[in-house]
Amino acid sequence: MKSGFRRFREMQAFWPLTVLLAIFAVNGVITGGSFFEISIIENHLFGRVIDIARNGSKLMLLSIGMTMVLATGGTDISVGSVMAISGAIACSIIDKRILPQLGGSFPAAVGFAMLAGVACGAWNGLLVAKAKLQPIVATMILMVAGRGVAQLITNGKIVTITSVPYYFINGGYILGIPFPVYIVLFFLAAALLFNRRTAFGLFLESTGCNPTASRFAGIRVDTVKWLVYTFSGLMAAIAGLIESAGIKGADCNNAGLFIEMDAILAVAIGGTLLSGGRFSIPASIIGALIIQSITTSVLAMDVAPQATQVVKAVIVIAICLFQSGEFKRAIRPGRREGKAVEKT
Amino acid sequence: MPRGAIKKGVGNVSEQGTLLQMRHISKTFPGVVALDDVEFTLRRGSVHALLGENGAGKSTLIKVLTGVERRNAGTILLDGKEIFPRTTQEAQALGISTVYQEVNLCPNLSVAENVYIGRAPGRSARIDWKTMNRKAAELLLRFNLSIDVTRPLSAYSVAVQQMVAIARAVDISAKVLILDEPTSSLSVVEVEKLFEIMRMLRAEGMGILFVTHFIDQVYEVSDTITVLRDGRYVGTYATAELPRVQLVGKMIGKEYAAFEGRPPAAAGEGEREVLLSLTHAGAHGTVSGLDLDVRRGEVLGFSGLLGSGRSEIAHMLFGLDKMVSGRMLLKGKEVAMGGPIDGMRHGFGFCPENRKTEGVIGDLSVRENIVLALQTKRGMFRTIPRAEAERIADRYIRELSIKTPSGAQPVKNLSGGNQQKVILARWLATDPELLILDEPTRGIDIGTKAEIQKLVVELAGGGMALVFISSEIDEMLRCCSRIVVLRDKKKVAELSLSEISEHNIMEYIAGGEGA
Repeated sequence: MKSGFRRFREMQAFWPLTVLLAIFAVNGVITGGSFFEISIIENHLFGRVIDIARNGSKLMLLSIGMTMVLATGGTDISVGSVMAISGAIACSIIDKRILPQLGGSFPAAVGFAMLAGVACGAWNGLLVAKAKLQPIVATMILMVAGRGVAQLITNGKIVTITSVPYYFINGGYILGIPFPVYIVLFFLAAALLFNRRTAFGLFLESTGCNPTASRFAGIRVDTVKWLVYTFSGLMAAIAGLIESAGIKGADCNNAGLFIEMDAILAVAIGGTLLSGGRFSIPASIIGALIIQSITTSVLAMDVAPQATQVVKAVIVIAICLFQSGEFKRAIRPGRREGKAVEKT
Repeated sequence: MPRGAIKKGVGNVSEQGTLLQMRHISKTFPGVVALDDVEFTLRRGSVHALLGENGAGKSTLIKVLTGVERRNAGTILLDGKEIFPRTTQEAQALGISTVYQEVNLCPNLSVAENVYIGRAPGRSARIDWKTMNRKAAELLLRFNLSIDVTRPLSAYSVAVQQMVAIARAVDISAKVLILDEPTSSLSVVEVEKLFEIMRMLRAEGMGILFVTHFIDQVYEVSDTITVLRDGRYVGTYATAELPRVQLVGKMIGKEYAAFEGRPPAAAGEGEREVLLSLTHAGAHGTVSGLDLDVRRGEVLGFSGLLGSGRSEIAHMLFGLDKMVSGRMLLKGKEVAMGGPIDGMRHGFGFCPENRKTEGVIGDLSVRENIVLALQTKRGMFRTIPRAEAERIADRYIRELSIKTPSGAQPVKNLSGGNQQKVILARWLATDPELLILDEPTRGIDIGTKAEIQKLVVELAGGGMALVFISSEIDEMLRCCSRIVVLRDKKKVAELSLSEISEHNIMEYIAGGEGA
């Protein structure tokens, strides 16, 4: 039992999970317990915790993809723009602005949006793995151009749509739990199985750690990179669907704006190094939940909206400091050895 | 080792102007005792060699002295005062400076800037460039170095850069100068120059701690030798009174019996089956028009200087570099290589020259490093189950006697020789028919070296084909049953077992009349 706990403590997800629970606890105290209240209205669960899970779903999806990208030592800052493209495509198809011959078909809309995400990711992967561009530059191209592409698709307008099945992607419930939570669980399970049941996780960590040695050991480093960027694109497309289903339309200027930074932060809070190598997707999911619950709890604490970002920043700094070995060593009360030369 | 003898030795040297004394130093890391009650005494005006195999504790002792690591027990006395350096800066302020094998300066700054970085002459924020350049030039002249100090440091050779680093260290007031493997990347002439400077500094009364792998150099320049083994103190000796054989014996803890085996030479070469043959093979910008046969059960050596094409051929064989001309026949069938994975599927294995950048995956565990190639060979979807991976790793840890607390240890925590064994294990686990070894014993200790040489010959005896590349002629003589000599990316000679001799190889490498 004790060794079980010790093993749990050594897991990458231990500290992020502790922080998340602490944030929940603080919220619980401040709100006098109402934070944890979950009410059932028409067989649907409502409450702050449920909100966090639903609103955090986009970030969680992105962080699944981002974890794998960061594990290669790369980065993908185009995910926000890919969300915008995905939403634009889906809404435009449903609104029959593009491909009217599909008759506004809902499955076609979702299918084409996901395909677009895969294409965007594959493009990023091509630039990074084959053209050997630096990842931040390679993905910056799509980050900047992506919103333009989305504008072209929607003709520069905000597309609002009426489609009950499409709304379901964000607002639907199955067995009382919001539908986005199922999407996250599905892709989390898929990513975990793919990484740990096959040898892909090992190849990925090896690639991130030492790409040259990995190539010498027969790993197709380029293919590994190309795959993770493509997967990250797919995750962004699905996050884009949830986003646009939430606002019932496509807003190319604001969909997923700056969310790439939150996604990178979620992975960092989860303890995966941005330099690549060892990674943990569950830890990143917890990181995403931490970011989301900070946003929610800042609102719950009646902090003025202008100050929200500052409060968020302070909490994030604290979390990151506590993950730094250097910081922990500095504050650990220990034997002081005094000056370099002892006065005798 | 008899304790009494050591104590007596220390007593003797301390009478002659002790500069630095480290007593009963211990340092433990989780799971490893790196230093156990180690002694080290440095006299003024002496060169003191610190010797030991990889993992003996030399690096840790230096780290403790320079404030990189803190000791768990023991005392360090500098000029009779106890010191507790906590950072390298503190150690430097006390007069303990270190120059490493890799020069730790800024290559794109000028030489003068590098010498005076952080302590430039001039008032407040303004730097007096003229004075700085003049002083730097004067300082370097003392070291017999007349170079343009305004040019970037990277414009000069590694040797010059190292001199600059030493000059800088000495100028910052070094009483104790630590030279950690300073000669590894220097040519013979450059080494001699470095030794002159060491002798000059010794004459000025400095204490120099010298770490090296080269026994010859120890005898050339040092006055005293301290040997460590497995984190323990073996003894301190006057260099002149310690014969080489004894020194090596003390380092490896047994009387050194050089590995004297020879590959099985009974069968004539023609009778051994040809596994792989190249005809008129060439790669972009490297080798061209190469004809080569690799036979089962032999160790084929590639001899030649750095840049002669020996590593390039190895890369081409393994599929790392594309073969652009000629044909490669494997067991009589023509094969094409698209990448290392094709080489592996054909049953090839390759230990690259540069262990750290091309070999080990530092953050991954010993176990993961060992099964990595087998896993890539099997393919992504045929995952090696955990239990099997453990079994494979444990088997090679045992068979190659890899020193590690467990298979879960990150491989970067192992010493160089053990890392090399991990890479060997990685390829042996794939059960190769052809194993290419590029400098497999570089920078590792004598004991492990002999073990690897022995393994190479045993593997050939078992029917494996091996390609062996080494800069050390001794090693080539000991291991190879046939040697291809390369010069300027061309094969200049092929020596059969009876023709292999130091003289022959040297002559072909140098381009004598035989070529």
